[in-house]
Amino acid sequence: MAKEEIRQDTRVSIRTPRARVRGLGVAHHGAGHWWQQRVTAAANIVLMLAFVVIVASMAGRGYVEATHLIAKPLVSIILILALLSVTIHMRIGMQVVIEDYVHGQGTKIAAVFANNAYAVLVAVACLYAVLRIGFGQPA
Amino acid sequence: MAQFNLPKNSQITQGRTWAPPPGAKNLQTFKIYRWNPDDGANPRIDTYQVDRDDCGPMVLDALLWIKNKVDSTLVFRRSCREGICGSCAMNIEGQNALACTMGIDECKSPDNALPVMTRKDKDGAVRIYPLPHMPVLKDLVPDLTNFYAQHAAIEPWLQTETPAPEKEWRQTPEDRSKLDGLYECILCACCSTSCPSYWWNGDKFLGPAALLQAYRWLIDSRDENTGDRLDALHDPFRLYRCHTIMNCANTCPKSLNPAKAIAEIKKMMVERVV
Repeated sequence: MAKEEIRQDTRVSIRTPRARVRGLGVAHHGAGHWWQQRVTAAANIVLMLAFVVIVASMAGRGYVEATHLIAKPLVSIILILALLSVTIHMRIGMQVVIEDYVHGQGTKIAAVFANNAYAVLVAVACLYAVLRIGFGQPA
Repeated sequence: MAQFNLPKNSQITQGRTWAPPPGAKNLQTFKIYRWNPDDGANPRIDTYQVDRDDCGPMVLDALLWIKNKVDSTLVFRRSCREGICGSCAMNIEGQNALACTMGIDECKSPDNALPVMTRKDKDGAVRIYPLPHMPVLKDLVPDLTNFYAQHAAIEPWLQTETPAPEKEWRQTPEDRSKLDGLYECILCACCSTSCPSYWWNGDKFLGPAALLQAYRWLIDSRDENTGDRLDALHDPFRLYRCHTIMNCANTCPKSLNPAKAIAEIKKMMVERVV
């Protein structure tokens, strides 16, 4: 157990209610995440619509034609923007769920770390794929 | 992890069924949560029959009738009996409410009771529990120590550095009107104890009641400490555990909207950086 968790446990630590409420103080952070989550949510509406149009227009095309479509600059840029916006949104959203429900300090840090690693991995893998196709080296 | 099941010693058992008053014709059943810290037993649900012809119209009237005429050991808080002290907040038919302003007939109406309660409720009884997810001191009395400490933590008083004027701090009618819908809060704790975010993280999330009060001082034109007040809330847990679930606004017995106040605080947070 982290030191602060022990201090907050009424069974093993006597503190005034005020001291418990203040805890370790203010993190001076949170507004940025909140704002990013809203901005990416709004961006996702537009970018996901574009993404659906791109995927739909691939229907019936062969592999080579599909990669040619992705390699077009505008399509590549839209896809890159979409996957950045989606993975940022996904990362923050999942972190909020973890902070809500996972309470042990150790488990929480591990879960937030795993969430961040997963989001970064997905983002980098997708970026790599789009860039590779965009710069003309279809796998 | 958040705890979704009651611990073993908190699981509720079938309690005593008290005899109906002799000769009464118009009876209403009440099923009430009982727990005594001194007897070591699990909480139980006692069943009472209240003579509606001998009792006032409100849930608090029925509780007082039970305490006076049937079972003097039933413990609950009450004081003003007119919805201004906030003492008799409890969970009535699945909704947090003030027992003094909630009518016995009203609490059974589909508009008030949660769908899940009306479905299970075949016997027409009124179910009364303490405010949810608070430590219970006895029967319907929750321990609100943390709730009050959170209210104190937002420093609910006018803070100024300018020397006090000879008369009063002046305020335009427009600025005064911004406090409407905020100053009426009676700190009954119905909102905070109905909030799932407060259930899971009530030790760090300040909860709707304290945040509504925080906004009441943030928006007060006479207060000179707005920036410091915002600083004290700029935290992923203190403020941003609010996910706009809106239970607070649904349950407030004074028809206030803490969720809107919290949204306004979040807007102020963005406003000072964007």
